[in-house]
Amino acid sequence: MIYADNAATTMLSKTALNAMLPYLEKNFGNASSLYAFGQKSKEALEESRETMAKNLGCRADEIYFTSGGSESDNQAIITAARLGEKNNKKHIISTAFEHHAVLHTLENLKKQGFEITLLDVHSNGIVSASQVRDAIRDDTCLVTVMYANNEIGTIQPISEIGNVCREKGVIFHTDAVQAAGHLKINVKEQNIDMLSLSAHKFNGPKGAGVLYVKKGIRPENLIFGGAQEHGKRAGTENVPAIVGMASAFNENCNNIESNSAKTAELRDRLIEGLEKIPYSELNGDRHNRLPGNVSFCFEGIEGESLLLLLDDKGICASSGSACTSGSLDPSHVLLAIGRPHEVAHGSLRLTIDDKFSEKDIDTIIESVTDVIERLRNMSPFWRDLVNGKRPHVFEKRR
Amino acid sequence: MALYSEKVMDHFRNPRNVGILENADGVGEVGNPVCGDIMKIYLKIENDVITDVKFETFGCGSAIASSSMATELIKGKPISEAVKLTNKAVTEALDGLPPHKLHCSVLAEEAIKKAVKDYYDKNGIAYDKDEFPDCEDCAHCHLQ
Repeated sequence: MIYADNAATTMLSKTALNAMLPYLEKNFGNASSLYAFGQKSKEALEESRETMAKNLGCRADEIYFTSGGSESDNQAIITAARLGEKNNKKHIISTAFEHHAVLHTLENLKKQGFEITLLDVHSNGIVSASQVRDAIRDDTCLVTVMYANNEIGTIQPISEIGNVCREKGVIFHTDAVQAAGHLKINVKEQNIDMLSLSAHKFNGPKGAGVLYVKKGIRPENLIFGGAQEHGKRAGTENVPAIVGMASAFNENCNNIESNSAKTAELRDRLIEGLEKIPYSELNGDRHNRLPGNVSFCFEGIEGESLLLLLDDKGICASSGSACTSGSLDPSHVLLAIGRPHEVAHGSLRLTIDDKFSEKDIDTIIESVTDVIERLRNMSPFWRDLVNGKRPHVFEKRR
Repeated sequence: MALYSEKVMDHFRNPRNVGILENADGVGEVGNPVCGDIMKIYLKIENDVITDVKFETFGCGSAIASSSMATELIKGKPISEAVKLTNKAVTEALDGLPPHKLHCSVLAEEAIKKAVKDYYDKNGIAYDKDEFPDCEDCAHCHLQ
């Protein structure tokens, strides 16, 4: 099997697993308990907090453990919204292609009277700091822009946006779920006020995440109860998962440069191979993208059938087609970069890591080429494109 | 549990009657690329019997499987039987479809009806218009 869906989730690293095992087996104490056995868990928790802080360039008491990316995104946005409300600031700026954890939270705030501006991300999938600057108003309480897009992998100018927000005195949150552990992050240098990340996207376990909140901003509770996480996130801490997250994050951050260089090289090989398929196009900026992300649209075919046939060949991938999203519309991300519906239905996302071999990449290229040809051969839409009955969207190239 | 039944996967992996018929007696196309599925059915008709049928489909796994199964169900059958083929019969023959994929079987039913209607129109054969609903409206296809 070739697992090329690392943006969906990643394999738990051996290092993380080994770090977790003692807390799954013998050290099961509650970190809130007074006795030494419980305090062992507390120590592990605080060590993990230090590790996360060190690798993000912040203080340990600015790290809040959560259940993952969605919860962190929700809490960050609600925090800024409630703060804004107190000062009569009810305008939030974001982008059209954020993750649904952000977009749906914003939609909910809209119902509560907030005004939401979603910035255009252009055909290359990148928003600019000047767009953010132009959109900021006196009543803006939050700018939330993802670090890197989950579908097309494009990296946003986070430092520049952070600068603009700092200058204007607006809170800046970034959903770094896809970037954390894959791109260098320093929240202080990049003027990030709040940041979300999720352990299972960087070879940590599922069910753990971080919300970084800059000192001076008081997080708003989503979950009320005990005094865990400075009283800002109740519930007994998931110590094994948190320990695994810190261990995986540390390992990834220590090797970030070599891993991303190797992955990017494989990515480029994959992009070059897939571009040889006529009437195909890479989604998003070619260079300013996550080292492991390859996202394509192919004319004349539909994404779900493409995924099923790739699955038959042992390749795990994903698509932004309507059929795979469970709705009538294809991915909002592909529509946001201006892909017409009919092309967005024929999308494919392959997300790789540094463990791939060149042979794996070549197998993927060969399989995708094969499957596309097979599906096009039975597609009346493709026939119409070939016969000139419908206009092509892409150039033939090759 | 897998998304699709074994039957669906079999018809998706090895679709029956794929292709086109040159000089078809009736052709029916439904769906559109914006919605993400198009089905096209070609019929060869002799003495009111469907002697040959081919299809082309742009769409998801269940769309391809539905068209494959539908062609199998009408091949060799009199037209009068073919126009009575329901999406329910296609779905049942496939051992079921997930609820959000039922529209694929509707597309198959409508593509066949449209192809028969095309045959009737070409040959000046009278028919009951109520039996052949117009399928230009895409929203109509997506019975969700």
